[in-house]
Amino acid sequence: MKHVYGWLLLTPAAILLVGFTHYPAAATLFDSLFSTGTVVRPSRFVGIGNYAALADDPIFWQVLGNNFWFALGTIPTSMTIAMLMAIWVNDRLPARALARMAYFTPTVLPMIAVANLWLFFYTPQIGLLDQINAALFNAPSHNWLGDPRTVLACTMVMVIWKEAGFFMIFYLAALQSLPPELEEAARMDGASRWYFFRRVTFPLLMPTTLFVLVNATINSFKLVDHLFILTKGGPDNASSLLLYYIYQVAFSFFDTAYASTLTVVLLLLLAGLALVQFQLIERRVHYR
Amino acid sequence: MSEIVLEEVSKHYGAVRAVDGVSFRADAGKFLVLLGPSGCGKSTVLRLIAGLEDVTAGRILIEGRDVTRLAPEKRRISMVFQSYALFPHLSVAENIVFGLKVRRAPPAVRESRLAGVAELAGVGAALARAPAQLSGGQRQRVARARAIVAENRICLMDEPLSNLDAQLRHGMRVEIRALQQRLGMTVVYVTHDQVEAMSMADRVILMREGRIEQAGSPEELYARPATTFAARFIGTPPMNLAALADGPGGAVIRGTAGAPVLAGRGTGRVLGVRPEHVTLVARGGVPGSVSSAEYHGADTILTVQVGAESLLVRAAGRVELAPGAAVRLGWEADKVHLFDAGSGARVELDQPLPQPA
Ligand SMILES: Nc1ncnc2c1ncn2[C@@H]1O[C@H](COP(=O)(O)OP(=O)(O)OP(=O)(O)O)[C@@H](O)[C@H]1O
Ligand SMILES: [Mg+2]
Repeated sequence: MKHVYGWLLLTPAAILLVGFTHYPAAATLFDSLFSTGTVVRPSRFVGIGNYAALADDPIFWQVLGNNFWFALGTIPTSMTIAMLMAIWVNDRLPARALARMAYFTPTVLPMIAVANLWLFFYTPQIGLLDQINAALFNAPSHNWLGDPRTVLACTMVMVIWKEAGFFMIFYLAALQSLPPELEEAARMDGASRWYFFRRVTFPLLMPTTLFVLVNATINSFKLVDHLFILTKGGPDNASSLLLYYIYQVAFSFFDTAYASTLTVVLLLLLAGLALVQFQLIERRVHYR
Repeated sequence: MSEIVLEEVSKHYGAVRAVDGVSFRADAGKFLVLLGPSGCGKSTVLRLIAGLEDVTAGRILIEGRDVTRLAPEKRRISMVFQSYALFPHLSVAENIVFGLKVRRAPPAVRESRLAGVAELAGVGAALARAPAQLSGGQRQRVARARAIVAENRICLMDEPLSNLDAQLRHGMRVEIRALQQRLGMTVVYVTHDQVEAMSMADRVILMREGRIEQAGSPEELYARPATTFAARFIGTPPMNLAALADGPGGAVIRGTAGAPVLAGRGTGRVLGVRPEHVTLVARGGVPGSVSSAEYHGADTILTVQVGAESLLVRAAGRVELAPGAAVRLGWEADKVHLFDAGSGARVELDQPLPQPA
């Protein structure tokens, strides 16, 4: 009789979890094994046919490559900047609260607002970037977001700007939990600030670094809001990312089966990355 | 010589005078204890000597060298922190040799010194462990080993035993004192525990609100407290302080009619007598009534109401006295202290005291 109550207590949460997380995931996997049905041609089982099509899809490979460079370009940079900013605003400096807030502001802004803001920077001729270039170097106008060679880098700079402040908060919290006596003890031993950072602060920040790394990786696949405002993935898919491509396939081309296939690949990719990260880094992480 | 001299050293944080014109000298090879209640500026003095804080005014000399503006690492001082400040991600051995690595001591030197201090401090068995895997006492020993490995002549300790339980503390007191004497180090030791001060120190500096209240050997502080504050801070239970009033035959305890305790004037003076120097007498003495009796095993602490004052009496063994019982208290003339009620300063007795008997 007792276990009935247990199940009753679990039910509300279980319904939500199953309904919105587990069932869709399973359904996606299921859908990816069928063709997209139309009025004349009903959906039928194709096995790994969709996956074979995916392997032959040049846009998929281009988008995956974009995402790879996007992750590689944004994650280490934003994490390094975040750590430096945290160490900087953790020091005793005048107007410390103001500095912390200033660094944190980009995080509070919605991505859509940020993208609109940066649109003004990148706009040819009248944009801030072009104006500065023209004034300082007399350079000709450049269509930053219209050039396939520069567009991805442009979105990366913006994302770094937005993400660093967010990650800084985690590093700042970790730094504040370090007892100040550690630094004093090291100072009395004659350790320089750099030596102390290398031998003590950095290793003690490792749990935070792992946490931030996992989050940053997930974010680099999740953050696509800016593409709706800035580029729509263009030109010629040069700035498109995996999730944005999934959105296009599902809601612009209405190919739900192929979109499911892409989603499964994205999920596997993220799960694999998280596993590798935990395994690799946990060996080098000191947990207190 | 490795002595430390402070000359009129002050440290102000805005309006807070954490340390206010403190001068003293810590002799080479001696154990100096800075004693005082919480917030009196003990830690600040220690941090000023270490160089972790800059002085507002005054000079600090170490071995005759002015170090007032010198960086901490150039002062050749070791320090044991209250929290031990062990690096949690390093093993005990790595913690101990951290400073040697910073100073680029060759590996052979590091190894031999590590073996030496690990044995001295008694942490040889735990060298490979992480600080989180140690007991409080072991952590204390590691912190000590880290302080002595640099072979500095001066070691500062800020309440190094306050995180340990009472039993362990006693053992550690003995260990620290023995280590200091064996190595001949100059130790400046901060504590708010007068038992630590009395049992370990060659010299005690009693502080109060950023100033030195009294400096001297433990015996001097016990036998001749300079102020009522010093009188009450040293000794457990603390010294009885009873306000005096003028009586017919001399000074009497406030609120009593007869039984003069002192020839001459009483008003404006305070009588001090330690509970262990008060005895229950059959005849004579000062009459009072017992208000409580607290049995401690080896002795019983009686609280006795005498006039308007209540006095503590330390009686050996078990004393069965019900509250309200009438007793008479006596003490020897040379065990009495006299203080000025206004300033709290010690007043020297100019005439021999008639013993209440
Ligand atoms: N950084 C600081 N800023 C402002 N005031 C401070 C600072 N450090 C200490 N103080 C003040 O200076 C006074 C002395 O502090 P200190 O830490 O030396 O006391 P302490 O005698 O060591 O006390 P405890 O036994 O509690 O450790 C206190 O009133 C404290 O509030
Ligand atoms: Mg202190």
